[in-house]
Amino acid sequence: MLVASHVPVNGAPLMLVSIAPRRYLPGIPFTRGRAMSLHKSGVISGVGETRYSKVSGQSVLALHLEASLAAIADAGLSPRDIDGLIPYGGIGVVAEDFITNFGIEDLRFSAHTPLGGASPIAAVQCALAAVSAGICRHVLVPIARNGSSGGRIQEAVEQMPQFAACAEFELPVGAFAPAQLYAPMARRHMELYGTTSLHFAEVAVSTRHNAILNGRAMMTKPMTVEDHQASRMIADPFRLFDCSLESDGGAAVVVSRADCARDLRKPAVMVLGIAEGHPDSPSAISQRQDMVGIGLDKCAPRAFEMAGVTPDDIDVAEIYDCFTYVVIRQLEALGFCKRGEGGPFVASGAIRLDGRLPVNTHGGLLSQGHIAGMNHIVELVRQLRGEAGRAQVANAEVGLVTGYGDMGDGSVAILARA
Amino acid sequence: MSGFAHELPGRPLPAITPESKPYWDALNEHRLVFQACADCGTVRHYPRPLCAECFSLRVEWVESRGRGTVHSWTVAHHPFHLAFKGLVPYALVTVDMPEGVRVQAPWRGEVATLKLGLPVRVVFERVAPSLTLPAFVRDI
Repeated sequence: MLVASHVPVNGAPLMLVSIAPRRYLPGIPFTRGRAMSLHKSGVISGVGETRYSKVSGQSVLALHLEASLAAIADAGLSPRDIDGLIPYGGIGVVAEDFITNFGIEDLRFSAHTPLGGASPIAAVQCALAAVSAGICRHVLVPIARNGSSGGRIQEAVEQMPQFAACAEFELPVGAFAPAQLYAPMARRHMELYGTTSLHFAEVAVSTRHNAILNGRAMMTKPMTVEDHQASRMIADPFRLFDCSLESDGGAAVVVSRADCARDLRKPAVMVLGIAEGHPDSPSAISQRQDMVGIGLDKCAPRAFEMAGVTPDDIDVAEIYDCFTYVVIRQLEALGFCKRGEGGPFVASGAIRLDGRLPVNTHGGLLSQGHIAGMNHIVELVRQLRGEAGRAQVANAEVGLVTGYGDMGDGSVAILARA
Repeated sequence: MSGFAHELPGRPLPAITPESKPYWDALNEHRLVFQACADCGTVRHYPRPLCAECFSLRVEWVESRGRGTVHSWTVAHHPFHLAFKGLVPYALVTVDMPEGVRVQAPWRGEVATLKLGLPVRVVFERVAPSLTLPAFVRDI
């Protein structure tokens, strides 16, 4: 949690001069009191998605536009109303493509938030900053990719600058795929806390159960714990069914200024709290002093404080699930259980649809589709509107969604019915 | 980033930078070295331009004694890269070095013997004419 500083911020430069520069502004937490600036600063006004498949047969740009049009229509807006854009960086689609295809006359804001799977929520945070500063009113946050048919994501990963250290020093010894890079984190968690592959199985099985109810999920065959345990080993301790899908498809959300809410077609979903966090040693997990630590450990307390709620208030949670283990570790970071107790927490049945914290009610990246977690935001908005179909959580009023990207970047948003 | 011959079934070679060249050169001489800050002495890995403790750009290199303990490990079963297809399954260990950094490298021993804190020592393996990599064996 942020601690209110007793030292006024304008006293900081004096401190800087007087001490050895071992740490920037030692002892002065970066704080403006409570981080309230984005609390209720905007709404998610529209959500949309394409079909999720192994082969889309469409260009990545066409998928972007299809998902975006669905989100814009869901908000009751015209494509020309979009005056802010935060495309997912590095996949070849930029704000100019939307100006051209939508005929936007005066785009006032564009940005990228390059945090891998933590990008969509980081982009929502960026959009809220833009709309609450009065720069623009409706920010489109799209992502689409042919992650299955269009070439292995792995090959793109090796080209990304944030993976440069890994590409130079770990790729040559044989560690380069995310499964291989995250596996030592999971193994250490298992050795320190007694977490087991059966705990991982609980995440995979409960997520598949929800995917079958979803109607848009790529994976529709029931999975048992035995199926999980029989799936082939990929990077010990990760089996095939611990790993997320590779998908073609797109999803998008529209973030609008809070005072636009009454003009929208659907009930607005308000952002109560939102934050991003970056892990120590963000470019090399192997060098991370606390290898089990992730960015969400840092930003989750900030988001809860901004929202003014506690984990007990959360009715439904969509947790970024690139790997089963990553769900378990994030549940700890979010405070739903203590560090090291994520395995027993999921084994208790807590994250099932009828449990005390239904998780990944759409089937997640593990079983619905890997749309970098934008599909998690889409699902949470639907849950809070009561539009989640057969996986609807009764009386879902406050929900939480996380993103997790690259080597452990984290993001989290806490949303509520406006 | 560029410099990896993805189209070839050969082992990917590192794209060596001015900061990292002494590290790779030392491995070819069967020495494991780490960067250290020439001002405050803090050891860092992987090689990079700046000391995060005192913000000095001045660098020196320290030679590791080559002994450490296991921090974690994984066993790769699926070859995500063509070059490693004939090598799977292979184990990788992440090793705490007493210098204060970690080394990730292949494990040359029984996977069943791996546990947190296991003492290990580095060995050197030339895998290409210009590339030597570290690996670890149990330290008895």
